Amino acid sequence: MSSVPDDLRYSKEHEWVRVDGETATVGITAFAQEQLGDVVFVELPEKGARVRQHSSLGVVESVKAASDVYAPLSGEVLERNVKVIESPELVNSQPYGDGWMIKVRLADKGELAALLSPDDYRSHIGEGSAAAGD
Amino acid sequence: MTDLQHTPLYDEHVRAGGKMVEFAGYEMPIQYPTGIVAEHRAVRTNAGLFDLSHMGEFFFAGEGAGAAIDGMVSSDIAGLPVGQARYGLLTNERGTIVDDLIVYRLADDEYLMVVNAANIAKDHAHVQVHLPPGVGLDDRSAETALIAIQGPRAATILSSVTDLEVREQSIEGLPPFGVTRARVAGSRAIVARTGYTGEDGFEVFVDNDRAAQVWSRLLAAGGSTGIIPIGLGARDTLRLEARFSLYGNDIDETTDPIEAGLGWTTKLDKPFVGRDAIAAAKERGPARRIAGLEVTGGVARHGHAVTKDGAVVGTVTSGTFGPTVQKNIALAYVPTELAKVGTALGVRIRGRDIPAKVVKTPFYKREVGT
Repeated sequence: MSSVPDDLRYSKEHEWVRVDGETATVGITAFAQEQLGDVVFVELPEKGARVRQHSSLGVVESVKAASDVYAPLSGEVLERNVKVIESPELVNSQPYGDGWMIKVRLADKGELAALLSPDDYRSHIGEGSAAAGD
Repeated sequence: MTDLQHTPLYDEHVRAGGKMVEFAGYEMPIQYPTGIVAEHRAVRTNAGLFDLSHMGEFFFAGEGAGAAIDGMVSSDIAGLPVGQARYGLLTNERGTIVDDLIVYRLADDEYLMVVNAANIAKDHAHVQVHLPPGVGLDDRSAETALIAIQGPRAATILSSVTDLEVREQSIEGLPPFGVTRARVAGSRAIVARTGYTGEDGFEVFVDNDRAAQVWSRLLAAGGSTGIIPIGLGARDTLRLEARFSLYGNDIDETTDPIEAGLGWTTKLDKPFVGRDAIAAAKERGPARRIAGLEVTGGVARHGHAVTKDGAVVGTVTSGTFGPTVQKNIALAYVPTELAKVGTALGVRIRGRDIPAKVVKTPFYKREVGT
């Protein structure tokens, strides 16, 4: 079973979001990196770039193929993770930690309503809330 | 995936957690849970096991078999000793590539030709047209399983489950491109020191009904030294680092051996189908050539455009991240004058021209004798 932390919000395209005030940190989920396989290249927008909810913000490439990463929220890029560009394998080893991709200053907090809860995301990837005993 | 064929090792792949995909009409593992990079490294440092049962096996027998094959394969088959194998090409009258293959001489008048899975029907038709009467051709592709064991520990592992028919012979003593009959895990087999990875290794041909047993025994025999099954994903990264051509990507019926960098496997001082056209192409000098590229800042893929100062000048035929060389590498056809080592080019990835440089190939070469 893929890990789906309870303190994050999710997009249907398998990005996760950690909201802290006006700032959101974005990465891709454990499920997404498992599907991709070994990540060997990450392309991210520069600081100051604007990203729009549901539009491509960057690309992750595994050995076999390239996949878009979609912005789960709109806003201005405050920081991109240089470490993950230098060591793309962090996406596989620590998808929710050092494998994060960008920090965004939220343009519209209302967009958060479009994101999935951890339970909804678990259902979305077909893993349900099987851990009912937790 | 109802129309897809299964190799006799299909159940083994599923049991091992192989991610199955369509390849050349077969359902084959692209990777196992270990992942492509770990599989790639296992072959470079220990050993890996490949199911190549989808590939085609043509057996030739009869007086004149060698001369007949020599007349349709680009390399020197007439001069191939018994117990040796040689890489070569099937070419057509236009001098372009029908397939790439290996010919194994099993006995005086007995040869095995191993061809690409996607080309079995086409090759069979091509070979039959050019085969003189009196030479038998037996296509045993459907009944023959092929298991490759590759990597620095391959010889040790294979030898622990193999009895050679000639007592003085040993697996370790088999020369590169040597071929012999043997019993592997108790099954009658043809064993050859050939492969597609750039490492030392062997290819083992057995009947379908013996494949699962040979596979399991090799995995068990390698247990203590480390051997894992390898999918098509790592097969591709391994062969590209070693700069082996992939039919359908780097070579096909629109490419000739000279521009494909395979002139070394064409023996132009003997007659064979396509010889005159290839000799003429060599005489003219190719307008384009396949070049090895190192790409900085993106992964080149099959079909990407190659650029020079913003203008499209060529096409990437194979591209990947090379786990051993730790670089993004590619093969591409470019104008001959741009194929020189050191030339600065671009690869157009998602609309941007990413810097690329022509480099010497192979991208990876194993250190021999260590």
